[in-house]
Amino acid sequence: MSAALDDVINKRTYGPIGYLFTRQTFWVFLATVAACILVSMGSDKFLTGQNLFNVTRNFAFVAIAALGMTAVIITGGIDLSVGSVMGFSAMIAGMVLGAGYPAALGIAAGLSVALLVGLFNGIMVAYVKMPSFVVTLGVLSIARSQGQVVSDNKGVYNFGTYGETLLWLGGKSTFGIPNPVLVLIVLGLLTGFLLRWTRWGAHVFAVGGNERAARLTGVSVRQVKLSVYVFSALMAGIAGILMAGWLGSVTQNLGEGKELTVIAATVIGGTNLMGGSGTALGGVIGAALIEVIRNSLTLLGISTFWQGTFIGSCIVIAVLFDCLKRIRETD
Amino acid sequence: MAILELAGISKHFGAIHAVNDVSLDLQAGETVGLMGDNGAGKSTLVKIIAGNFPPSHGKMLIEGKEVAFHRPVDARKHGVEIVYQDLALCDNMTAGVNVFLSRELTKGFGPFRVLDYGAMYRRAAQLFTELKSETRPRDLVKQMSGGQRQAVAIARTRLSDAKIVLMDEPTAAISVRQVAEVLNLIRRLRDHGVAVVLISHRMPDVFAVADRIVVLRRGRKVADKATVQTSPEEVTGLITGAIERA
Repeated sequence: MSAALDDVINKRTYGPIGYLFTRQTFWVFLATVAACILVSMGSDKFLTGQNLFNVTRNFAFVAIAALGMTAVIITGGIDLSVGSVMGFSAMIAGMVLGAGYPAALGIAAGLSVALLVGLFNGIMVAYVKMPSFVVTLGVLSIARSQGQVVSDNKGVYNFGTYGETLLWLGGKSTFGIPNPVLVLIVLGLLTGFLLRWTRWGAHVFAVGGNERAARLTGVSVRQVKLSVYVFSALMAGIAGILMAGWLGSVTQNLGEGKELTVIAATVIGGTNLMGGSGTALGGVIGAALIEVIRNSLTLLGISTFWQGTFIGSCIVIAVLFDCLKRIRETD
Repeated sequence: MAILELAGISKHFGAIHAVNDVSLDLQAGETVGLMGDNGAGKSTLVKIIAGNFPPSHGKMLIEGKEVAFHRPVDARKHGVEIVYQDLALCDNMTAGVNVFLSRELTKGFGPFRVLDYGAMYRRAAQLFTELKSETRPRDLVKQMSGGQRQAVAIARTRLSDAKIVLMDEPTAAISVRQVAEVLNLIRRLRDHGVAVVLISHRMPDVFAVADRIVVLRRGRKVADKATVQTSPEEVTGLITGAIERA
């Protein structure tokens, strides 16, 4: 009797392969691979060193920010300020370096402002209990504006004596892999680990799933919420600083509008906007798909005006997959 | 010495007096059936004991020491476990993780600790077996029936050596076989010297396990009698107001 009960308890609904097919992330990954194959058949420029150089970097910046966005969205919130944080962090880092200070100091300064913005977002959402959409929308404007104020709207075109480090971080490779991609791999593995294997991760999902239940069972809901906004801002700051290194300069519009791409990448990759589910890998794959499509359209000679249509359609189709699955389940 | 003493507990939500001057003693190993109509204040009283919110007036003593809970975790640290009426479960997570929520088991060394899913699922499976429930620890709560969900919520109370277990309608959604298991669990808790407060609408259940029955009506305590000295008819009368006091 007890053995039979144990069998029932240990039974799982899907085998490992079956499980894979139910995941939106898997299908988006297939779509990305398919897109790569299609475009390399249509254009021999896709697989060239120069093109891949650009593609992997572009996608890495968005993917890094998507890691942070994933955590925020899992808790049921949203962070619209990431584009502005990218710009603000990059500007501060650029200015500190441009003034002749060492790279470590410049990067630390850039990350510190990201941290401050994240703290502000987090405190307003978690402790003052404001809606995340509203707070981060306001910070989107404030951070962008402060970037202009602090730099007197002058770009930074010279990273000073110690600028080489930043240029190397954003623009060069190690062991043949672009440095931003290496940073992405490290941060991606870290985020995946944190979400899946730590108590913090379990609490992030709990807050997103049922905040009241989480609070009643003893989860520090406010601290968890604060932490995801700080995490998101830090990721955006890292992405922004790497972008500065790659571009070789910082203008006040760095990262402008990127928040929508980051959110799109996160959602396409399988993170549910309602909260409660998502993976680190999802955002990365979503970012890859968006970048491959963007790049493909350019290489295949399709007008850039079509990019928005393709990427927007991706968002709808990717989430449609998840919605159809849910409709099937409830009926 | 009583394990739990409530002295003049009141709770106001603005103009609403949910609980009005309720005093109650609970001895170790005693099971009290808390009964009353909807809105009588049972859930509110139990939530005060569980630390969801502080009382507006009155004080609470556990083992003779005055306590003031600001959060549910405070109550848990003093040995109070609760099954909420709405179960307080996260649908997006597995049963096993829900059982251990905020008390997750970890493995590792020093500051490097990771979640020990294996240990959590094994222990959860054990607890479900004890409750004769077919809940599977690895399944998402979202896909579970009411009875399975209730088993998850009840399993939580078994995680620590609670001194006081509060159950708000624990048998509302479960099968007959499982009701018997929950009542057996309550009896086992009693044997282990745990005090149980059982809120239930089901008269047979309350009369089966409770040593004492306390009836609330409109926030006030109108009866506090040993089960053997009362009857379902009298209790019904007290709940509806046909009998003023007992």
